[in-house]
Amino acid sequence: MTTVAQPVTGARRVTFGEACRLALEEAMAADPNVFILGEDIGDAETGGTFKVTKGLSTRFGTDRVRTTPISEQAIIGAAIGAAIAGMRPVAEIMLMNFTTVAMDQIVNHAAKLRFMSGGMTSVPITIRTATGAGRGTGAQHSDMLEAWFAHTPGLKVVMPSSPAEARGLLLSCIFDDDPCIFVEKKEIYGMRGELGEPGERIPLGQARVARRGEHVTVIAYGGAVGESLVVASQLAQEGIEAEVIDLRTISPWDRETVLSSVGRTKRAVVVHEAVRQFGVGAEISATIGEELFGELAAPVQRVASKNLPVPFSPALERVFLYSRDDIEQAVRTVAGASR
Amino acid sequence: MSVPDGSTLLDIYQTATTIRQCDERFLAMLTAGEIAMTYYSPRGQEVISAAVSANLQPADYVVTTYRGIHDHIAKGVPLDLLWAEFLGRATGTCKGKGGPMHITHPASGLMVTTGLVGAGLPIANGFALASLMKADGRVTVCNFGDGATNIGAFHEALNLAALWNLPVVFVCQNNLYGEKTPFARHTKVAHIVDRATSYRMDAVRADGNDAEQMWQVSREAVGKARAGGGPTLVEAVTFRFRGHNFGDDSSYIPPEQMARALTEDSVPRLRALLLEAGHATEDELAELEKQVAVQIDEAVQFALDSPFPDEAEIRRDVYRDEVTV
Repeated sequence: MTTVAQPVTGARRVTFGEACRLALEEAMAADPNVFILGEDIGDAETGGTFKVTKGLSTRFGTDRVRTTPISEQAIIGAAIGAAIAGMRPVAEIMLMNFTTVAMDQIVNHAAKLRFMSGGMTSVPITIRTATGAGRGTGAQHSDMLEAWFAHTPGLKVVMPSSPAEARGLLLSCIFDDDPCIFVEKKEIYGMRGELGEPGERIPLGQARVARRGEHVTVIAYGGAVGESLVVASQLAQEGIEAEVIDLRTISPWDRETVLSSVGRTKRAVVVHEAVRQFGVGAEISATIGEELFGELAAPVQRVASKNLPVPFSPALERVFLYSRDDIEQAVRTVAGASR
Repeated sequence: MSVPDGSTLLDIYQTATTIRQCDERFLAMLTAGEIAMTYYSPRGQEVISAAVSANLQPADYVVTTYRGIHDHIAKGVPLDLLWAEFLGRATGTCKGKGGPMHITHPASGLMVTTGLVGAGLPIANGFALASLMKADGRVTVCNFGDGATNIGAFHEALNLAALWNLPVVFVCQNNLYGEKTPFARHTKVAHIVDRATSYRMDAVRADGNDAEQMWQVSREAVGKARAGGGPTLVEAVTFRFRGHNFGDDSSYIPPEQMARALTEDSVPRLRALLLEAGHATEDELAELEKQVAVQIDEAVQFALDSPFPDEAEIRRDVYRDEVTV
């Protein structure tokens, strides 16, 4: 799957990975309580597997940019305790599949300590983690597990679609008072785009209309936003105008923006890279059905990857992954339906 | 090594006897059917918490586990708020939303009580890391049982604490049973302190029923952590007299082991020491115990008189902002 760059007008074009680093840098410069910890993140260890933290330990010191052993439970646990004690830790878990090693800390502790303490404590941590299929990283380095976290009340789950979104949303996560899971699609680290103003935050829980359209609403997040925009441009040449909504925050998600759009278009397609079964698309589709049942011109379509482990061979990975053709087919299906 | 003076030992006794009397009250009320909850008795571990806490400042942090009421009381969580939380009342430490397994009272330094075996250790490191970075001079004490030493989080946390020289004291309250399986059937490692060797962490094994020894050992470990000397693993050996939880009749514990343990029971032992050393008279101890009973009466009454949480409470504290449900 190829990736899509944002339209560029200005000079401040940076990559998605650089945008993440900028957010970390701005947050650390703004607040001495912000620190980061994770595997290989210091400059002595090459500045992180995806180089997102490159330069930060040199600028801020290894006290605030702490390279850890390969100990995911210890990383998240340390972030949780420090957060309750007043810090704003950003923990990097190299790959999303490795968050499974720390699920007890994330699900039983980070997500619930505020509630279980009756608000006596809070856990303002951000967990940055990278993942995604398309480059042959196989079944244990590619999974999109956002629905696992979105299924846990107490966590916020965020997935940016572009450099500007990455920077603005990561800043908001770091300064949010609740635990945030920030998912970076590793195949778009090289995507270039323009940034907003320095320090500009994008509020959590608010979706963005990435493209206006009157016939069909396409709801996507992360890398699926760019793919959906490409398909929408192609279909526009045939007179099918798709509205593309970038969800940005998966939990809690912006029901109002989605329902308002689908209320107008009467047609919806939900697109994500994660496998279809019990996914984010199922939740959004069910909500649209509950709220707009009588008004819909067609059943909500879900575009997702197949219900399989991610295969290694490119020949199989292609079959596993959702495609632009899938999006196009789904949009045509709902667009063709008349009331 | 310094020894605790009479006044310190009396303080430890007062804490330990408060824990024991609270435990007896819970067991009596549970047996009578007056209250209902999953209850994990601390019986046998009272002096460990009391002696460790005697070396802590109010601002120091404590992390503990579901069998934790002795740690809560020792760190100074107010009895009325504690009882109210155990009974699920709106006036409890956590507004009734945590319950016995999740007591949190930051004003007392009691930061986390977890229901997951071993999960407290990585989090305790975080408190200690914050203290290290802020140079606030606080020490974190993390309590857990022998059962926690065979779970991965224990090893990840010990390694990181040693590596980063964190101001944390890990107190393993070894009561010789993990759930219903005896210690020797969990591991071939003879002593829990042996685990620390591989992480190059200082460790000390102590008689958890000996108030003087527990005070000395924890004083040294806490002092070292506060002075920048890094973490210590303390293994406090004791016994678990009242089963894994209320309703467990301990039928799997050999009667002779139970009988032998009773002769070492920490609270009566400390009481005898106080009398023998002339730190207190029988009348003075009886008076102290009576006063503790009155305090517990008041705490129980406060809890029973307190309302249950309003249903609207369910929407609060999931996130900072209220949720709709």
